[in-house]
Amino acid sequence: MGKTLAEKIWDEHVVRSHEGEPDLLYIDLHLIHEVTSPQAFDGLRIAGRTVRRPDLTLATEDHNIPTTDLDKPIADLVSRTQVETLRRNCEEFGVRLHPMGDIDQGIVHVVGPQLGLTQPGMTIVCGDSHTSTHGAFGSIAFGIGTSEVEHVLATQSLSQAKPKMMAVEVVGELPVGSTAKDLILSLITQETTGGGQGYIVEYRGEAIRKLSMEARMTICNMSIEWGAKAGLIAPDQTTYDYLEGRPNAPQGADWDAAVAYWDSLVTDDDAEFDKVITIDASTITPFVTWGTNPGQGVPLSGNVPDPASFEDDNERIAAENALRYMGLEAGTPMRDIKVDTVFIGSCTNGRIEDLRVAAKLIEGHKVAADTRILVVPGSVRVRLQAEQEGLDVIFKDAGAEWRGAGCSMCLGMNPDQLTPGERSASTSNRNFEGRQGKGGRTHLVSPDVAVATGILGHLAGPADLAELEKAGA
Amino acid sequence: MEKFSSHTGVGAPLRRSNVDTDQIIPAVWLKKVTRDGFEEGLFSAWRSDPSFVLNQDAYKNATVLVAGPDFGTGSSREHAVWALQNYGFKVVISPRFGDIFRGNSGKAGLLAAQVDDKVVQRLWDYLDANPGATITIDLESRTVKAGDGVDAIEDSFTIDDYTRWRLLEGLDDVGITLSHEDDIVTYEKSRPSFKPATL
Repeated sequence: MGKTLAEKIWDEHVVRSHEGEPDLLYIDLHLIHEVTSPQAFDGLRIAGRTVRRPDLTLATEDHNIPTTDLDKPIADLVSRTQVETLRRNCEEFGVRLHPMGDIDQGIVHVVGPQLGLTQPGMTIVCGDSHTSTHGAFGSIAFGIGTSEVEHVLATQSLSQAKPKMMAVEVVGELPVGSTAKDLILSLITQETTGGGQGYIVEYRGEAIRKLSMEARMTICNMSIEWGAKAGLIAPDQTTYDYLEGRPNAPQGADWDAAVAYWDSLVTDDDAEFDKVITIDASTITPFVTWGTNPGQGVPLSGNVPDPASFEDDNERIAAENALRYMGLEAGTPMRDIKVDTVFIGSCTNGRIEDLRVAAKLIEGHKVAADTRILVVPGSVRVRLQAEQEGLDVIFKDAGAEWRGAGCSMCLGMNPDQLTPGERSASTSNRNFEGRQGKGGRTHLVSPDVAVATGILGHLAGPADLAELEKAGA
Repeated sequence: MEKFSSHTGVGAPLRRSNVDTDQIIPAVWLKKVTRDGFEEGLFSAWRSDPSFVLNQDAYKNATVLVAGPDFGTGSSREHAVWALQNYGFKVVISPRFGDIFRGNSGKAGLLAAQVDDKVVQRLWDYLDANPGATITIDLESRTVKAGDGVDAIEDSFTIDDYTRWRLLEGLDDVGITLSHEDDIVTYEKSRPSFKPATL
């Protein structure tokens, strides 16, 4: 019997396999940041151990750092301590670091791909659940805890039980106005937050093949939001075109050898998945969340659901709690929900393509009164690229705020936070209670919906903007 | 790491499903650079509510948390495990755990015992009727027990063999792996030259 793509990569990385024990997997790339690494380095120090392969390790500062006043020291003392601790640890253990102010600084999951360090057929880990992003290149990439960070630092390997294999077959084509974000949000609502648990998911099919690398990253990024261990997409010409010429991509004879290997990274025709889900992309419309987990979503054209409509007791109670927290009433059309803040950024939607889409939509419009739009590029290079293309001017002319690079309001560890009761439309990945600031209320959306919402002041999609333009003309 | 064979302690009923790691320990607590002191941030959004289970005297010294399905989903933060341990919890019982949380628990020595939905419901009812009552978890026999007589609850829980063995032996991960360093060296010699390096 043939193998799935993930099985091929897995098997190629087994250092040691023993009956009754998890496989010991070799790790090709270990990404670290300031939040989940300090205690891991502490552990090494206590045990008198070193970093086995600093040359397969890369650090960046992202979770805590401010997106304004970048020339001043970090005001929050605890944030500053974490960042300074990372700098000391990288210095002591010889790890390459892209700190604030460095041209390659940014969100760890934006930086890896843009440097060309993320390549097909690799195993990639990071102490961050959105590491699944890198699966877009046809690699096995997943988030790990701090003890595992310590383990990888010390041994460049990780003990892992082999997950089950799932295929998500996306047939058909995404309609105009629907995006990869709408597709993954729809999938998560359909499968619930636990639906992918125990699986590595391969996203396949016509609609996936047509997606850009950025859009593939958006899909794989949110694999963890439906519980999957990892999500990946087989590499193809789109992948190679993205990688070629990047600073850490293979060159010359190495490039040819790499491509020859990457071409083998497909699921065999006779491979069997443990589970297969099929989605018709042509049915996908702009999709938004109404609740406090990413599986509580509806089409933008829908209404806030009635908790009584959920048959499962736990889901019904979760819906009741969510509506109370979100300050929403069942039956309210999603388009009637007024939004205070729009956040465009994060490792889900903070790449150049996302900013291009957003800028194109916002051009010629003004941000609604009583609404603010924050645009936070995923990395310094994304910011510079956007500025070179004049996107920053378009955003500023429309009344949006143009910020420095980082995780920012995705998780509210830096000063970019919602105040209690404040409502956001966010291109990030999590709408958990308090995620974007204590008492903050988050609706997850695509960059397209984010822009339309910011202009109209309530949840809206690109079609509503077109209406507005027609009425204006 | 301490060896874990069996534990008897006060059970706390957490009647919620989908308790993600942001609820267990909010991101603001992740800024610490040490491994202790996270107990203050445990379930911090709910701790200000006097009716919250851990604010009731009967559960003050709870060491066994009984939660609804999908406990520990979301962010990979291991701080969620530390917060539970710093508070004093030795065991979390749930019908289903987030994958990363379950992995983190095993490595840090917190027992994540997966039981049937019905067992959680019975434990909740039992603890509500008997606040401050204890639950016994035996890792050798993979059983959970509470109460006496005809209404006694006794059922099995699920945990993978490897994690169970490690908890029973109290084994540290890095040490186990480094005992196989030869295998790592051999593997490294076979890696192709086109694989990227950061330095």
